[in-house]
Amino acid sequence: MPKSLKNYEANLNSNALELARKKEQFLLLGLTSPALLAICLIIVIPVGWLFFMSFFGTSGEFSLENYQKMLQYKSYARVFAATFKVSILTTLLCIIIGYPLAYFLSELPKKYAGLFMLTVLLPFWTSLLVRTYAWLVILQRKGLINNFAIEYGLWETPIKLVHNLNGTLIGMVHIMLPFLVLPLYGAMKRIDRQTIQAAANLGATPIQSFWQIFVPLSLPGVVAGSLIVFVLCLGFYVTPAVLGGGKVILVSMQITAILQDQFNWGAASALGVVLLIATFAVLAVASRAFKLDNIMFGKQ
Amino acid sequence: MSWWTTPASDTQVTNSQRIWLYVLASIIMFLLVVPILIVIPMSFSGSQYLEFPPTSWSLRWYQEYLETPRWVSATITSLEVATLTMLVATPLGTMAAYGLFVSGHPIGRLVFFVLMTPMIVPVILIAIGTFYVFGKIGFVNTITGIVLAHSVLAIPLVMIIITAALRTYDLNQERVARSLGATQTRAFFAITLPQIKFSVVTAALLAFLTSFDEVIISIFISGGGNSTLTKQMFSALRDYIDPTIAAISTLMVVISTTLMLGVQALGRNEKD
Repeated sequence: MPKSLKNYEANLNSNALELARKKEQFLLLGLTSPALLAICLIIVIPVGWLFFMSFFGTSGEFSLENYQKMLQYKSYARVFAATFKVSILTTLLCIIIGYPLAYFLSELPKKYAGLFMLTVLLPFWTSLLVRTYAWLVILQRKGLINNFAIEYGLWETPIKLVHNLNGTLIGMVHIMLPFLVLPLYGAMKRIDRQTIQAAANLGATPIQSFWQIFVPLSLPGVVAGSLIVFVLCLGFYVTPAVLGGGKVILVSMQITAILQDQFNWGAASALGVVLLIATFAVLAVASRAFKLDNIMFGKQ
Repeated sequence: MSWWTTPASDTQVTNSQRIWLYVLASIIMFLLVVPILIVIPMSFSGSQYLEFPPTSWSLRWYQEYLETPRWVSATITSLEVATLTMLVATPLGTMAAYGLFVSGHPIGRLVFFVLMTPMIVPVILIAIGTFYVFGKIGFVNTITGIVLAHSVLAIPLVMIIITAALRTYDLNQERVARSLGATQTRAFFAITLPQIKFSVVTAALLAFLTSFDEVIISIFISGGGNSTLTKQMFSALRDYIDPTIAAISTLMVVISTTLMLGVQALGRNEKD
């Protein structure tokens, strides 16, 4: 057989194989189609509709009226400012409280770690409505803390602990903390502790090796966790609605209020679109700044 | 005293030197758990008001719960919706995760991102958007509508768990099966699925709980005879706080704790 013909046949074969491989890849990708269809029906079409409706004013004509109003009225600016303020404060408090806890858990020997981890997993698995209710019971005027304090003479009249910003923050930090601690714990567990020993070997004090070696290595976990917390906070509804007592109005609550009071789909949609864009913007900036791909989907 | 003076870990710090860390962590863990557990004794109170510790004990709030038709019907709806969500989201999420994992098609990354959007898009948008669209096609206040919406929320969670399981699994086993003549489908069901079954069960339980605990979408698209338990609880929380809610909360804590411990036990099995 001439050499060229042999080559030709080999090529034909490899082309067929390549084609079969492509076909199989595509068929396997087809397994995602039922899930994609569901997401199309529940996310893409509804959110697309909202986007579309946000460009129609009260007169029913195509306009930027809804977005202009957002710039004009101070009330909208206040709602967005409150949302960012609550989200930032919740995230910061979660880092301050969650970091020592994650560090403590990551230092535990394996046989105890699982047991103590339950204290983070129990809230994670418990309905957030139940947790919000629990804080209402504890913090309200005739709640646990006020009753206890008055009985033991710490203060005389009930102090307002809930239906304000403080109550909202307490509830939100409690609900968000597991979302920070779980990824942070994972990141701390992956740190090679020999680096700490090496630092000690080179003369670092425990404080130096903690701040100069351990903390920088744990930062990807802090970033991943606080990003999840921040993004979840931006769209939060239940806890501020119950514990805020009308004092803390976040974007999601404003959207509901506009729908319930004015039945104004255009204005509500426009607010929703801005909230969505803000969420994506935060994620985009963070992924640029911190190479999020590696943190979220990287090899473990 | 040896624990006191021995190094706490691979550092030179002894346990006594960082007793403050143990105290601090204990306080945080206490504050994480106790607020959840505190509703349990309160639900057995005999008084008309919420009090701690209760001055008298009774089961009257459980009785109240079982005798109020709207609570009972809401509980049945929630259990039904959560079960159906589990049955929809688990196969859909598993299929998608498996398809993406073995395919390696360049477009897979984009598909993965699209499938994760339910975790990124604020739930309030999904709630009002589906409320509008479902209104047009008559899905509002139907079980079908809530199950669909809840399934979409659960799919990314199922996918994350299944993808993590597939990462630790050696796909070559499937290739061996295929080289021996098994089809891809057969290889998956005979070789791969049995080895990731604990993760599939974990994912299913998480899907169940995602639906059972979901509030915002339920507030908008469930109603009438098909109101979910969370919708009823939410409206009750805003009006008047009745100790019945403490009883319902206790039941919900019991359900989620049982599921969580089940998952933990499964996780231990998987590792062995």
